[in-house]
Amino acid sequence: MNTTIRWALVILMAGLLAACAQPKRDLTEAERQAAEAAAEAAAAEQARREAEARGLGPDRDLRADPLDDPQSLLAERLVYFDFDRDTVRPEFVPMLEAHARYLSQNSGARLRLEGHTDERGTREYNLALGERRAQAVRRIMTLNGARDAQLDVISYGEEMPVAFTQTEESWARNRRVELVYEVRR
Amino acid sequence: MKHRTLQIWLLGILLLATGQVSAVLEVTVTEGVTGAIPVAVTQFAWDGSGQPSEDVGQIVGANLTRSGLFDVLARERLPRAPDGPDSFLAESWAAVGAEYLVSGRMRPEGGQVLVEFHVFDVLANQRLGGFRIPVPADMLRRGAHRVSDIVYEQITGDKGAFSARIAYVGVTGRGEERRFSLEVADSDGANPRTLYRSSQPIMSPEWAPGGRELVYVSFENRRSEIFRHNVETGARSSLASFSGINSAPAWSPDGTRLAMALSRDGTPNIYVMDVETGALSQITRSNAIDTEPAWSPDGQTIYFTSDRAGSPQIYQMRLPDGAAQRLTFEGSSAGAAAVAPDGKSLVYVQGGQGGLRLARMDLDNRRVTLLTSGRYDKSPSFAPNGSMIIYSTTDRGRGILGSVSRDGRVHQRLAARSGEVREPAWSPL
Repeated sequence: MNTTIRWALVILMAGLLAACAQPKRDLTEAERQAAEAAAEAAAAEQARREAEARGLGPDRDLRADPLDDPQSLLAERLVYFDFDRDTVRPEFVPMLEAHARYLSQNSGARLRLEGHTDERGTREYNLALGERRAQAVRRIMTLNGARDAQLDVISYGEEMPVAFTQTEESWARNRRVELVYEVRR
Repeated sequence: MKHRTLQIWLLGILLLATGQVSAVLEVTVTEGVTGAIPVAVTQFAWDGSGQPSEDVGQIVGANLTRSGLFDVLARERLPRAPDGPDSFLAESWAAVGAEYLVSGRMRPEGGQVLVEFHVFDVLANQRLGGFRIPVPADMLRRGAHRVSDIVYEQITGDKGAFSARIAYVGVTGRGEERRFSLEVADSDGANPRTLYRSSQPIMSPEWAPGGRELVYVSFENRRSEIFRHNVETGARSSLASFSGINSAPAWSPDGTRLAMALSRDGTPNIYVMDVETGALSQITRSNAIDTEPAWSPDGQTIYFTSDRAGSPQIYQMRLPDGAAQRLTFEGSSAGAAAVAPDGKSLVYVQGGQGGLRLARMDLDNRRVTLLTSGRYDKSPSFAPNGSMIIYSTTDRGRGILGSVSRDGRVHQRLAARSGEVREPAWSPL
């Protein structure tokens, strides 16, 4: 292969590199803005629902539901994990104890624990890892008064991410267990 | 030798410039691999009115290139195609560097197209074979894949796999708008057809040995369950919906059993189900994660992923109740093993500093060769002839499919429609 072709290839690839690098930055920035806008919208929507639930509507029960009190630990429904780990970090334990207490006081309440992972790892392994995280959360809750029958464990593995950039920040948000009340009391 | 130097030199520049090689560039870097057989494929002449619906010669050339075994010469460089087998002049093809020539013509007849083609050995100055195959007029693309299979076998002596299909998972939208689909397409990604759609995730498609059925995991009931789905009739039924996760289905080579990972007893273990009776036998008994089973071609060994030693690694186990033996030690993790059709090697996902890449382990000496250099290369699946591996990768955060030749030299991206595609599974022949 002669020198001209070599240099042509180098120039071609330099061009491709530039073409690849540029949109990547734009995309990331655009995604970040979109995510922020979505988060703001979600916060506004939640505030509206909380206002409704606290009895600002005409025919509502005026007793505030502790699950909807933004000051309560019960308002927190997300547990985050380290990479490839299912250990519940200490900062999440008080929140889980509060939910366990709520479940023990509201025997009809049912909680779904949805385990998730980031995209680093093979898919079926991640499905199992998500389940193990949700089970770790369940263990803490049953130790604190929730009954097994009140808790459903399911795993989505890496299939349902909430953050989409390939960064540590996104991965950390995706490694989570979501607490979802199926029945509230 | 010259080519090899050029590749290494270019690769060096790319690594300096970016720290990683994107899939787009890989095709360029690995073009012109040493040892690939130079083949000329002419444009197939059309003895009909208008234009044929497909450029059969182009499809055949693209298929041969993707296999990594052939260096398909640019059409502009080729001399005039012979009118028939008797007007083949070896010298003119040797002059452009071709070692083999594929030349053909097509003629519409009723609702069919008759595709006639010949394969010539330029160096030996002889015709290897002439073929005439009738193809339904609306299936000319599949006809081109059939031609590719015949050419591949004529030259290499091994069966081609271009007529086989791939199944994969498609994903569009995000958040509440996210939709999943199970797709089946030609081996080059053309002619995609949607088998099943869901607002909930679909995972782990795998073909039954006969190629008529798929198994996969669907979350349609808000949990992972295993379904079987007849590709021809659309008939569909649930195979495993035990408590816990139901995942990673893998058909035994004889099609009578299905290996899977179930966590019905608390932690995921490997089970084998008799497909006829539904009877389950438990294969592994660990408190760790055991998943991603894959069968040896003789149905006697199961390879699987386990984190029993800390990090996920690949193990093998002789059926019915041999001891599990660890196979992988390189990299920080290993998983999702796919077994070569000849049973002599595994291709799997190796985790390390750079991310997730495909590696091949030759089972006789346990030697490991890295095949890809992406960061999210997952879900490998062998072509039924073992020549190539198709897998999931990403391009600027978007899920796409990649293919790599068994030796790791030729890399390509597969045509994806809008949205993301992942978890490809190559059908049997």
